Amino acid sequence: MTSVAVESLACLRGGRMLFTGLSLGLGAGDAAMVTGPNGIGKSSLMRVLAGLLPAYAGSVGITGRIALANEDAALDRSQTLACALAFWARLDGSDAIAAALEAMTIGHLADVPVRILSTGQRKRAVIARTIASGADIWLLDEPGNGLDSASLAALTAAMAQHRDRGGIVIAASHQPLDLPGAVPVAIG
Amino acid sequence: MRTFRTLVMRDLRLAFAGGAWLPLAFFMLVAILFPFGVGPDGALLARTGGGIVWIAALLAALLPVDRLIAPDAESGVLDQLAVRGVSEELTVVAKFVAHWLSFGPLLMLAAIPAAALLRLSGDTLWRVELGLLIGTPGLAALGVMAAGLTIGLRRAGALAGLLMLPLAVPLLIFGAGTLAPRPGSALLLLAASSLFLCAVMPFAAGAAIRAARE
Repeated sequence: MTSVAVESLACLRGGRMLFTGLSLGLGAGDAAMVTGPNGIGKSSLMRVLAGLLPAYAGSVGITGRIALANEDAALDRSQTLACALAFWARLDGSDAIAAALEAMTIGHLADVPVRILSTGQRKRAVIARTIASGADIWLLDEPGNGLDSASLAALTAAMAQHRDRGGIVIAASHQPLDLPGAVPVAIG
Repeated sequence: MRTFRTLVMRDLRLAFAGGAWLPLAFFMLVAILFPFGVGPDGALLARTGGGIVWIAALLAALLPVDRLIAPDAESGVLDQLAVRGVSEELTVVAKFVAHWLSFGPLLMLAAIPAAALLRLSGDTLWRVELGLLIGTPGLAALGVMAAGLTIGLRRAGALAGLLMLPLAVPLLIFGAGTLAPRPGSALLLLAASSLFLCAVMPFAAGAAIRAARE
């Protein structure tokens, strides 16, 4: 069963305590919306949840596979979008890349080299990879950044569909996202 | 295993798209320029040529170091691999294999025309090839380690070279030693140093990647 259990988590970066006493419990189909001003530790929280940073105090219990979508696209700039995403699809054992590209309305960009994509297009590609990964828990760091309203609607639909299938969405954003019933997590 | 193959294939594709011919060109350039520098003395060339091949191989292996790991650290590829549960050790072993494949065999091929330019005898060429086969994995391992240790630093290429050169000295000594009139156990010592570097590399480079994430 997919779940996220965070107990009184504290995060220390560069000698500065970013947040303390953060607790969060999510089950299948749940969502959390992390808000707070810039530099307060939203991205660090995402990295701690993804296991990339150690927790300074407290514990993080994750059941299920994680997909992280943050500001680093992790797509090879010299390759075409389809080729760069195919690498991750092979690692994820997924064959849903084409459908995910269509869901984010960038199917027509499959043969375009990553380096000439715009910021928003790259962001949509990262979300498409998250969708195609088949992971249970989505960690979305500023997923709405650089997206136009049509792409935001596609993102909203993708998140809703993921939760309908029993997935968990944790999004950090300074702009409002349409996540009905999301647990608010305010840092700072 | 499938993960490993996928990683190696990607690194190979990027290497051959991003100038894998550069170390090769550098290697050939040294072999071509050296006879111009010392003059047309066949005996002198034959005596020093083997050592020059080894120095050229060492420097050629240094060239791609700054594009081995740093671009992946910057673009978030290493983070995405870690999120998927791929260990840093496996990642760097894949990078090591791809790095060696992209310069080792090519260097061994290029050693044949280089041997002709440097007036090396057939016997010496044979020993150079054997030495390169044993020594280039060590050079590749050193390259990956240096690349891992210099993640996130500016001008990492030059610093990686400085880090790597002292550690490459045993390979150079024993590699060139196999060409001496009485090589003794130089080949075995070359194999031992190369093996040591290959064995340490996954742990050193893997730890360096984790440390850079903090």
